[in-house]
Amino acid sequence: MVQGEKEDIRIKFSRLRNYIRQPHIIISLVLLLLLLFIVLIPFIKMVKDSFIWHFGDTRLSRSARPGSFTIFHWRRILASQITRNVLLRPLLNSLSTALGVSFFALIIGALLAWLLTRTDLPFRRLLATLAVLPYVIPSYIHALAWLTLFKNDRIGGAVGIFQYFFNLSPPNWLSYGYFPIVLTLSIHYFPYTFLLLSASLSSIDSRLEESGEILGATRSYILRRITFPLVIPALLSSFILTFSRALGIFGTPYFLGSPVRFFTLSTQIYSSITNRIPAAGYILALMLVAISSTVIYINQRIIGRRKGFVTIAGKGFRASLTPLGRLKYPALFLVVALLIISVLLPLVLLVWQTLTLYPGDYSLDNLSLLFWIGRGNTEFAEGEAGILRNPAIIKAAWNSIKLALTAAVLSGFIGIFIGYAVVKGRNTKLANSVEQIFFLPYLVPGIAFGALYLSLFTHRIGPIPALYGTFFLVALVCIAKNLPFTGRAGITAMLQIGNELEEASEIAGARWSTRFRRIILPLSIRGALAGFILVFITVMRELSLIILLVTPKTRTLTTMTFRYQEQGYTQFSSAISVLIVLIVVVGELISRKMGKKSII
Amino acid sequence: MAVVEVRNLTKVFGEVLAVDGISFAVEESNFLILLGPSGCGKTTILRMIAGLEIPTSGEIYIKDRLVFSSKKGIFVPARKRGVGLVFQSYALWPHMTVFENIAFGLKVKRLKPSDIKEKVEKVLDFMKLEGMTNRYPQEMSGGQQQRVALARMLVSAPDIFLMDEPLSNLDAKLRLEMRADIKNLHRETGATTVYVTHDQVEGMTMASEIAVLNHGIIEQLEQPKKVYHLPSSLFVADFIGSPTINKIEGITALAEEGEGIVEIEFENMLLATSYRQISPGRKVMAAIRPENISLVTAPGKNTLQVQVNTVLPAGAETILQVSHSKLQFNILLTRETDLEVGEKINIYLPPEKILIFDRESAELLPNIS
Repeated sequence: MVQGEKEDIRIKFSRLRNYIRQPHIIISLVLLLLLLFIVLIPFIKMVKDSFIWHFGDTRLSRSARPGSFTIFHWRRILASQITRNVLLRPLLNSLSTALGVSFFALIIGALLAWLLTRTDLPFRRLLATLAVLPYVIPSYIHALAWLTLFKNDRIGGAVGIFQYFFNLSPPNWLSYGYFPIVLTLSIHYFPYTFLLLSASLSSIDSRLEESGEILGATRSYILRRITFPLVIPALLSSFILTFSRALGIFGTPYFLGSPVRFFTLSTQIYSSITNRIPAAGYILALMLVAISSTVIYINQRIIGRRKGFVTIAGKGFRASLTPLGRLKYPALFLVVALLIISVLLPLVLLVWQTLTLYPGDYSLDNLSLLFWIGRGNTEFAEGEAGILRNPAIIKAAWNSIKLALTAAVLSGFIGIFIGYAVVKGRNTKLANSVEQIFFLPYLVPGIAFGALYLSLFTHRIGPIPALYGTFFLVALVCIAKNLPFTGRAGITAMLQIGNELEEASEIAGARWSTRFRRIILPLSIRGALAGFILVFITVMRELSLIILLVTPKTRTLTTMTFRYQEQGYTQFSSAISVLIVLIVVVGELISRKMGKKSII
Repeated sequence: MAVVEVRNLTKVFGEVLAVDGISFAVEESNFLILLGPSGCGKTTILRMIAGLEIPTSGEIYIKDRLVFSSKKGIFVPARKRGVGLVFQSYALWPHMTVFENIAFGLKVKRLKPSDIKEKVEKVLDFMKLEGMTNRYPQEMSGGQQQRVALARMLVSAPDIFLMDEPLSNLDAKLRLEMRADIKNLHRETGATTVYVTHDQVEGMTMASEIAVLNHGIIEQLEQPKKVYHLPSSLFVADFIGSPTINKIEGITALAEEGEGIVEIEFENMLLATSYRQISPGRKVMAAIRPENISLVTAPGKNTLQVQVNTVLPAGAETILQVSHSKLQFNILLTRETDLEVGEKINIYLPPEKILIFDRESAELLPNIS
């Protein structure tokens, strides 16, 4: 009897061992463990930290006893005299800017997508390539350019070009706050709608439209009754995704909102944390996560429900083009104007500004290369040397590149493993959970993600030392945040390879390490390499994610921009931004060469 | 000695029972074909033998070695089973040349480079692939890729050849050639082979034994001739043979005294068969192969007047589709004909060619004559 039971346990054990010994099971388990550390534990820690007293809290309350439990912070944020200013206003501002941005971005993007995929507009291909650029350059570039143009003298600091030339001080609503934030972010985000929608438009089988035409429908009728309903899922999706991205953006609302005390949730998180009330920041970050997740969840539901009639799949069909007739050149003019305003103009303004010796003076005799190649002059910017020979900036550039490379390579690699685990274990619970859980960082807006890591790694936890202030921590957050993208790329690559190629090598007698090295890696590396570049670009221009985690030792180009802008050395901040744009655009062009679509 | 033996093998995917407790053995040098419609579990069985799929329960022996046992918790991974497998997609590695593809398994086994070269060249020669060593798979035709896949399997000299629909991606003409090639390959190497296909002609022409599968169970496992002439169930009768076997629903009737031959009553007509000892009044299905029906001029016993609905001439053969009220028949004539659609003709169903199945169990009734 006892013998039999023992036997039974032994068999169960060996069955379990056989199950676990499958490589994709091991990899799935390791990935889940990794995920536990990089997403779930930070999250739990942040929730926990919102319920305890912190050292700085003695300023807020006498009863504060650092380290012990309290609901003070929740009560303070949710129900006190400051709720209105700390929570409700920023929340309302976040929601209203995000709504405005996604609305305008949708209109511009959709119109552009239709013009560039479905009409006979000239230079469509070239224009479509250029139309992605506003999204490729960092979002705060537009904010900085806006300030260069419309900064007024009411807040202090140098004035913008508008006031310089017209000697008119632009009103605050034009210079700062809601209007410019929505405008600049719309310009930044419309390519996102454009990409999603043109993919969807160009994959509609034009026979669907032609059959409408054969039945005698007019062009506009077809557009309304056939084409439009087919792209509704893409439209909804791009609206919702733009909304969730705009919600978490930090740079633009900070540069354009803070001077007039226009706070959004993300800038409020930043100021709570820099004012050393971290618990307040954590609570706001949790709210941001909650809103963002809800929104993306709604999107998944809509997409899921509508999947049924998405004929949008597979090869590109030859689309029938709508002739624009007399409107051809006016439309071309509008598109070109849009691209000039959203790409060329901001860059020209920024470059111009970097060349002004005294800020606010835009005359020709004030032009100088001091901020690019100057040796440093005590009269200007505390004697800091121009960016191309400034050791601090070169160090930051090196940090940026190092960070972007590390994040790109590591998250790309992990992406390959995610792809392997998910595709190999297709339709099993384990693989599905890997796929879903690795999507989680996508739900967490950048600044909130930074806050998560701040709460976890400022102190030593068990064997893990306090990582705050290390390059490793900054790299870790960049890796984690990009996993949803590289994971997706990995899955796509693995699906293309298919199972049988690996199985064939298993039959040939190769152990897993050999199969991975000789078959899987060589076949997926091409797709992964394009992914590397995308992550490289994303990290290169990252601000929201790392702003809370970066210390002087680990400064990057983006955070240097931020610092100089705060100190009012706008020439420096603009010059560094231009440098970032150069690196990013080169990266984008390389990734295009490699046949990969743009960043989404 | 059985080279492959499978006992009570079961595989459940989620809630789907893909393979339902099957058992069979393949003797040395036999060519077993697993035949069945898609979704019958045939590929799953092959993959379980190969070690690419973990069975839910059962046992697998390869050359008397237990490679899988759910009871004993044994699972030998594919790379240690000594099997060769040709995939439906060929699964040639696109980043390797023909030579590298074939040499891979030998390199993994750490053979000396000179030995590898020798073995690979020998097998290339054997598969008529000389001069292709430095090509990449995508630069070759489907037939050539197929040969490379076979060469890659051959070079490791596995104990068993496993083939998963290897010809289904080829066009009709090439398929015919490769079929002969694989048959020759089997004859020359004498390797025990398990071959999966849904193509019954492949099954009939190549196999020494056919296992007809349906919904995860083996309906019949016998020599091709037997499977064709004495299908054990209506499913097998239906699945094997083209055009499809003709079926007549009826009830057994007692034949004239003395003869003891069972007759089948349908539509108020009687059809004599060679069966004896079946009790009258049983619900049965009579079946007859299309080539066994002949055309006759005069009506008589076991003849039927039918109307020609379709004439499908195919060179040496002609397929006729005829009907008698609600009954439809396929007739295969090994000659040309000038029959016209709408014409009335008489057909003869020879009693000794008629098979009788029980309608409830769908099984063939024993014909003790």
